Amino acid sequence: MDMRILVIEDDVAAATYMARGLEESGHNVSVAHDGRDGLMLAAAHDFDVLVVDRMLPGLDGLSVIQTLRATGKRTPVLVLSALGNVDDRVKGLNAGGDDYLVKPYAFSELIARLEALTRRGQAGAEPGPATTLRYADLTMDLLARRVERRGKRIDLQPREFRLLEVLLRHPEQVLTRTMLLEKVWDYRFDPQTNIIDVHISRLRQKLDREFEPPLIQTVRGAGYALRVPDQAA
Amino acid sequence: MALLSFVYVAAVDFMERQTEETIEAELTGLREQYRDLGIFGLGRIIAQRAAAETEMESIYLLIDDEGWIIAGNLDTWPEAEDLVTNRVRFSIEPSGNLGPRRFLGRTVELDDARLLVARDVEDKLRTQALLVNAIGLGSGLMLVFGVIGGFVMSRWMLSRIETINRTTAQIMDGDLGRRIKVEGSGDEFDALAANLNAMLERIERLMAGMREVTDNIAHDLRTPLSRLRSRLEVALMSDIDPTIARRLLEETVADAEGLIATFNALLSIARAEAGEHRASWERVDLGLLVQDIQELYEPLAEEREIEIRAAADPAVVVMGNRQMLAQALVNLADNAIKYTPVGGRVTLAATHIESAGKRAPLLMVTDTGPGIPADFRAKALERFVRLDPDRSTPGNGLGLSLVNAVAQLHNAALELADNAPGLKVSLVFTPPPPATAAQRDG
Repeated sequence: MDMRILVIEDDVAAATYMARGLEESGHNVSVAHDGRDGLMLAAAHDFDVLVVDRMLPGLDGLSVIQTLRATGKRTPVLVLSALGNVDDRVKGLNAGGDDYLVKPYAFSELIARLEALTRRGQAGAEPGPATTLRYADLTMDLLARRVERRGKRIDLQPREFRLLEVLLRHPEQVLTRTMLLEKVWDYRFDPQTNIIDVHISRLRQKLDREFEPPLIQTVRGAGYALRVPDQAA
Repeated sequence: MALLSFVYVAAVDFMERQTEETIEAELTGLREQYRDLGIFGLGRIIAQRAAAETEMESIYLLIDDEGWIIAGNLDTWPEAEDLVTNRVRFSIEPSGNLGPRRFLGRTVELDDARLLVARDVEDKLRTQALLVNAIGLGSGLMLVFGVIGGFVMSRWMLSRIETINRTTAQIMDGDLGRRIKVEGSGDEFDALAANLNAMLERIERLMAGMREVTDNIAHDLRTPLSRLRSRLEVALMSDIDPTIARRLLEETVADAEGLIATFNALLSIARAEAGEHRASWERVDLGLLVQDIQELYEPLAEEREIEIRAAADPAVVVMGNRQMLAQALVNLADNAIKYTPVGGRVTLAATHIESAGKRAPLLMVTDTGPGIPADFRAKALERFVRLDPDRSTPGNGLGLSLVNAVAQLHNAALELADNAPGLKVSLVFTPPPPATAAQRDG
């Protein structure tokens, strides 16, 4: 899936690397180096997602987002910031940002979050809230809290259920460990040990041991994805 | 000075008025006698009163309109200085060697006679003079002692301030170990000196801590940074096999991730120490938190064949930042699992204990690992300090520092103790304020 991405970042070198990395990943990237140019580009074109640095010359990042939202543009925005405390995060999201990433970040984290943002936009277009999530031969009934694979019931602990639900809501997308900790446990910090790996391997045992093909894929250096192996190639 | 003048004027005024009032009262009586009994009756009374005056303290004199004395204890009308409204002041030398005496009196003009009644005010005037002298001398002495005392006092104060100034100047010149001399007099200057010394103590400790952190950062960041750089340089060599180059780059990314993790941990500690989160504080149920983290770590513990338990009492509530408290608990759980051998047990507990007569919330993590030797426990809370001096086990030595910073942010007392065997880490919080009336009443 290729996205049209606008990067508003005043650090020219950082913006260039980011653009190159995103283009390498098959996306279409435009770059603006200050808030005013960025706002004009964002208002004039239909981007799939914006990456906005908080500290910008001319017009700061949060003002760019607020102005854009005031004109009715709903383009998803990822706020980039060197500041990272809870208050900053809340301010960023209140201003109309959809996600928040603190520098220095891993590139895989950036890509995964951008993809999650654009998919969320698409999912929002579907009518009504789904009570059943499906992927391949996997079915999750959110009301009965039942999970079946190929019609056979799989018993999950509440937290395993929640973990699988998050994966099912983002099918064929890379979810990083940080994103999973945030979405499943609501913790926004990096634990010293990769506890997420152990939870995934437990879920994987229940989900993939008796069935083929394995659905939970490890994406090296990035995280995990719910994906039928053929499509990964 | 003004006060003393006022005292003098008031005293003199009072004495004169007292004399005049007694004379006036007597005259009123004598006038009545004159009205009732006539000049001869008055003369008889005057003669009686004059005869009673052996000490000549009062003078009575009645003369007719031709100047002849009718009665009295004075043989001539005295040469008097006339004051207003019939008041007179004069001086006479009575028999006996007592010297001249001053009198204050009044004259009354009757139809066919003149009457004089006067009182001896010599003693009173002497007292007045004494008072004047005393006041004058007193104020003079006061002035002299005041000037001398003030001078000595200010010299003494200035010299003590000068001592403090000199010491601070030396400290500013870089001699951080210097302390201000405490005289031992227990006065405000000593209190000031002691406070300044305590402040200097703290600054010096912080400086030492900072130097240590800098040294440790130099060690902990320089090593991966130089490794990172040499890897990249090798990867840049033209004749290198692309798969090897790729592996080198992957290892480099892993190094960078470690560096970022260290930076993030340092940032979290700095943030907790800055204490900037109070605005976003909420009521956090430590029992729920403990259950949450136990569940988060349960698979990892099982994989390492360690039992992890949650012992959570209901409604153990503190005011705080949920994310930071969770991160502190995660760090403690992480450490506990890292150091507990196979078959061991880690317990996360939330309960109340009695502290200073109040029920204080307690968060406790115990393990059955090797523990921390008693003399190393304070050191273990510092940044970059690790149990193994050669820094061979993974970790950045920041886990407990963050717990310490989070504890301080929440006014909680952090204690490391022996779990016999193992480590017992406890955080005793100050009890939260009771839920506000609005919250309670719904």
